[in-house]
Amino acid sequence: MKKQRFWPIMMILLGAIYFLLPLFATFEFSLRERRGVYSFDSYNNVLGDPQFRDSFIYSVVLGLATIAVSLILIVPTAFWVHLKLPQLRPVMEFITLLPFVVPPIVLVFGLIRIYSRPPFVLVSTPALLVAGYVVLSFPYMYRAVDTGLRAIDVRSLTEAAQSLGAGWLTILFRIIFPNLRVSLLNGAFLTFAIVLGEFTMATMLNWPTFGPYLALIGQNRAYEPAALAIISFGLTWICIGLIQLLSRGSQEQGQLAGTR
Amino acid sequence: MVDKVLEKNAKQSAARPRKWEVNLKWLGVVPFFIFSLLFLILPSFNLLIGSFQDEAGNVTLANIGNLFQPFIFNSYWLSIQVSAVTALGGVIFGFGLAYASIRGGLPSWIRGGLMTFSGVASNFAGIPLAFAFIATLGRTGFITMLFKNVLGLNLYDAGFSLYTFWGLSLTYMYFQFPLMVLIIAPAIDGLKRQWREAAENLGANSFQYWRYVAFPILGPALLGAGVLLFGNAFGAYATAFALTGGTLNLVPIQIGAQIRGDVLHNPNLGYALAMGMVVIMAVSIGISMLLQRRTARWLQ
Repeated sequence: MKKQRFWPIMMILLGAIYFLLPLFATFEFSLRERRGVYSFDSYNNVLGDPQFRDSFIYSVVLGLATIAVSLILIVPTAFWVHLKLPQLRPVMEFITLLPFVVPPIVLVFGLIRIYSRPPFVLVSTPALLVAGYVVLSFPYMYRAVDTGLRAIDVRSLTEAAQSLGAGWLTILFRIIFPNLRVSLLNGAFLTFAIVLGEFTMATMLNWPTFGPYLALIGQNRAYEPAALAIISFGLTWICIGLIQLLSRGSQEQGQLAGTR
Repeated sequence: MVDKVLEKNAKQSAARPRKWEVNLKWLGVVPFFIFSLLFLILPSFNLLIGSFQDEAGNVTLANIGNLFQPFIFNSYWLSIQVSAVTALGGVIFGFGLAYASIRGGLPSWIRGGLMTFSGVASNFAGIPLAFAFIATLGRTGFITMLFKNVLGLNLYDAGFSLYTFWGLSLTYMYFQFPLMVLIIAPAIDGLKRQWREAAENLGANSFQYWRYVAFPILGPALLGAGVLLFGNAFGAYATAFALTGGTLNLVPIQIGAQIRGDVLHNPNLGYALAMGMVVIMAVSIGISMLLQRRTARWLQ
């Protein structure tokens, strides 16, 4: 038994070192701002920087907008497809998988090409960035909603509500949304984590979000980037931690990460 | 006569609502499809068309041919190398880690912790990841200084640099192998303990079990995961940009430079460059889905 456990333990140790060493090193590095002594100066500098606050709030607002649009677009559609148009399911799966095939750098290229000239000049509004983020959220949001819908009896719930006189909006907002709460929160947190650190599309479309701010600090400062990396890691951890807390007890573990 | 009229009326009234219902049914999915058309399909299609046109708008294959000019071909080659190396590394290390945590006879909190960490780390890509590795292995990074102060060895004089192929690959590994852990865990769960017992009862040793039972079953899953990791690294822009500042000639970096300013001096060649990337992504994701469907049959 002991011999059998040797390799697994070595493996886990090796993994833990590879996982934790960069985090520890980054943390140590972020404390080096003041010469010869550890201090939280770099964190103070970052948190006190008005640009940090502005870009962070900007990204949070964009993230919330993305989640709202994504939910409004995907939940009714997925519900409707489940209930009335099951033959469309492969099509939905295909479309919501496409954002993995068309990476952000290519998608933003296409968006700029179409929407920087008449008839639709959208590059001058953040709406285009939100639209791009909604597309990025498709795989996560649709998968979350789809698994959620599979777990409940959509047809019976809908028919029961209808026989009690409920209209479609009532069904959607008072039956489907509450029943999918956990799935929707899963999709929402993942989307939020992605939008918060997104760099590629924001920088190409020239919006002052958190991602481009990080890149700017990376070019101009030595220790602040490390502090920002720790802060970002903490934020990602919170989003993913909340997801895992929510899905505790359910079998679903299917997380996918797309390319950034 | 009356009967017939009534019947006809009944037919009509029955037919009319059904026809309406059919139309309304499809109306429900229109917003989603219009949105996808406008912001996903049309932009991609537009690039596709553009890559088969010259600057005057005439149909041409010249852009596709120009992808094979050395500068562009090299960027594909470098991207393929980085993706292949990190996919292979991710598959081996990720599988080992997942298997150790699930079947290694270790306490179950290790598996829970590994899964949580993998969820976080596979999403911890982009600029902050580059920062973390600069703080670790950059010129004044933690490990670099550790080597210098403790062993008296200057890694950068010894030929190592974070801002090269191997440095970038090492950084990509930080999101590659956690993704592997997440993808492969269900397949390892599906590997029935009875199969191993049966093999051992028939006198198989550990090597034989892996060679003739486990790997043939897990093979498609491992290959599928590897191809997915390949695509995952191939499309990454932010990490490479923040780490190397565009000095490594990777495909996403080239596309980014082309968007910022027409560095290729031919917009249509830029579209072809982007489309080449989509083709590679489509092939890798398509293969991985096919293979995963095949494994799903075994691992119910």
